[in-house]
Amino acid sequence: MKKVFTRPKCLKPAPFHYCPGCGHSIIHRLVAELIDEMDIRGKTICIPPAGCAVLAYNYFDIDTCESAHGRGCAIATGFKRALPDRIIFTYQGDGDMAAIGTAETIHAANRGEIITSIFVNNAVYGMTGGQMAPTTMLGQKTTTSPYGRRSKVEGYPLKITDLIAQLPGAAYVARTSVATPAKVMATKKALKRAFEIQILGSGYTLVEVLSPCPTNWKVSPKEAFKFLEEIMEKEYPLGVFKDITKTKES
Amino acid sequence: MLQKTIMSGIGGQGILFSGLCLAWTAMLEGHHVTYLPSYGAEMRGGVASCTIAISDEEIASPVASSPDYLVVMDNESLLRLQNQSASGGEIFINSSIVTDRPGRGDVELVEIPVNELAISTVGEQYANMVMLGAFVNRTHQVKFSTMIDKMDIILGKSKVKFKDKNIEALKVGYEYFQKEK
Amino acid sequence: MNKTEKVLMKGTDAIGEAAIQAGCKCYFGYPITPQNEIPEYMSRRMEEVGGVFLQGESEIASINMVLGAAASGARAMTSSSSPGISLKQEGLSFLASLELPAVIVNINRGGPGLGNIAPSQGDYYQATRGGGHGDYRMPVYAPASVQELYDITMKCFDIADIYRSPVMILGDGMMGQIVEPVILHGREDIELPPKDYILDGAAGRPSRIVKSLILDVRLMEEHNWKLKRKYDLMKRDLPLHEEFMTEDAKMIVVAYGTAARIAKGAVKRVRASGFQVGLIRPITLWPFPDEAIVTLTKKAKLILVFEMSTGQMIDDVRLATRGKVDCEFYGRPGGVVAAPQEISRIIERHWLQWELS
Repeated sequence: MKKVFTRPKCLKPAPFHYCPGCGHSIIHRLVAELIDEMDIRGKTICIPPAGCAVLAYNYFDIDTCESAHGRGCAIATGFKRALPDRIIFTYQGDGDMAAIGTAETIHAANRGEIITSIFVNNAVYGMTGGQMAPTTMLGQKTTTSPYGRRSKVEGYPLKITDLIAQLPGAAYVARTSVATPAKVMATKKALKRAFEIQILGSGYTLVEVLSPCPTNWKVSPKEAFKFLEEIMEKEYPLGVFKDITKTKES
Repeated sequence: MLQKTIMSGIGGQGILFSGLCLAWTAMLEGHHVTYLPSYGAEMRGGVASCTIAISDEEIASPVASSPDYLVVMDNESLLRLQNQSASGGEIFINSSIVTDRPGRGDVELVEIPVNELAISTVGEQYANMVMLGAFVNRTHQVKFSTMIDKMDIILGKSKVKFKDKNIEALKVGYEYFQKEK
Repeated sequence: MNKTEKVLMKGTDAIGEAAIQAGCKCYFGYPITPQNEIPEYMSRRMEEVGGVFLQGESEIASINMVLGAAASGARAMTSSSSPGISLKQEGLSFLASLELPAVIVNINRGGPGLGNIAPSQGDYYQATRGGGHGDYRMPVYAPASVQELYDITMKCFDIADIYRSPVMILGDGMMGQIVEPVILHGREDIELPPKDYILDGAAGRPSRIVKSLILDVRLMEEHNWKLKRKYDLMKRDLPLHEEFMTEDAKMIVVAYGTAARIAKGAVKRVRASGFQVGLIRPITLWPFPDEAIVTLTKKAKLILVFEMSTGQMIDDVRLATRGKVDCEFYGRPGGVVAAPQEISRIIERHWLQWELS
């Protein structure tokens, strides 16, 4: 019998603690497969978030450095400036990237730090029990927006990816989703592009991956994937917003 | 008199609510009481357990390192907690689901098939209340009549519509041991 | 709600309800375990009472939102846990210098660093020694039960206004999660100093400035002494403590918060075996109840300090007694909650080693 699928070498044989239907399990596997295929395990450093993926070091078999909530891009900057030939990536959630970490994220992008950020967007704060995130959509009920997010009181969902795409220091900015197998493959393609462009040294790379959170959306995993495709993707359109290698400026 | 109980089950079985019922009843009867819930890392299908301490005096620690009573609604809970039970204590086992039995011989086992009892009467989702009724009968930590009379207060406005089913389930559990006598 | 009947309430919810009853108009905070229930409770209740709830983008943003609300004359509050309180230190220093009233709740978790979400007392130094930069002090209260969490939170809003100061409530992860009987009494109306410093638009009055920048060193010195005089008043009026079985005690245990609760159980146990042991529970950690400690330990041969840390409050006990009474220490850091039995064994061991009989 032909072996067609195996655990990526960069994924430790530890059972995931993520909830059934969570996108982290898929995205972790894609990242691990990528590191295997590009053969960069020996030169890659990962900076996980404070969030559900805080324990990412239990799963990725690569050098990993913890970060205080939101500081990932600053810590990554420290690593990259000291070791410019390594591949440095942050793996962050809504709070890390776009709330407490807004300054660190925007300025890393603005300086054109040659790092990659993998931004897992599930429109809610998962680990702490489902509070509102900057990416929470209007009308969405969370434990700190019990009446549904209202633009007049809580503002609008923050499209930080769109903001960063405007910065000259950003080299590759894309938004993908894990809603279907085809979109999962597209996510892997985008992650690969981001790493390749980091290796080229062109600037800051960011891939936002829309991901389900059945537990805090209070739906079943099946409904969560449906919600992801039908509602979240409408609010957060997929696409490549910037690819410096495809424009005249390099 | 200080008595500590740990109730444990899978998230969704209603264990935390049964613990709260017990705590409320004890408070309404004028006892000192503390209730301490704890959750597993997983939000779904994870462990849910609570510790209820009931006393005549101020309670120093809400934690039970060796509980007098243990209520286990699922097998994992039994395996995890059986060694913690105080010597001479009682372990209430949901015999509908729990397949293992404690290895130690110094605790009393009280087995009740609460899922089956619930299915044949009020509905399976009230299995936790069947267990609570039996628990109150056996341990006498609070008066059964208080729990029934004060169920409105315990349930609160949002859940009071389920009052009759909860009371019925409690009675099913309570009467399980009456029949045995 | 009927304010004389007992209800079962979680510690974090009791803090929220006390704030509402005390007239807190603005809550700003950020999620961090184990105090998420506070912003969640406030997000629901503030809407019901017409107050303001806003989840800031970070703990730094939140403390600065509190600063703005306080400077406008509103009763404002924020809450967080250890790492988040570290972030708020700059804001606390500003609030202290600007002499603005605010209530800050720290639900102490295990640390340092990211730590864990279990109860700890490792933030004592941070709370009582300033934490933020500059020569300021801040009243710090350490409740030991849900009723006390409620009472103290309510009282702290008055303290903040009376002294024009930030005030901290230092709870821990255990106390926040316990559900206990509590009486949700209303707030006693007391006379408060007029808020003649707030900024709400200079209509019909001279304009005011809220600032802490004082370049002239002589003026800065005077400002520091002015704050010191205020802190001296606090030291005179605010110290609070509880004593338990200290009258004939040869050994006295000193502990606060959850540790005191556990220690009380331990003291009861050893008393039942005939050991003459008592307990002093500081309720204000700053100002520390120095006088009470000195008075109550005059006849004691030994003090045993029990903390859920590697030893921070013990410094204040030693300072208070000026080394005149020997001090031993027992600590369980990292989020471990000791059982009363464990502490009673430690008490007995020290009793025997020191031959206190």
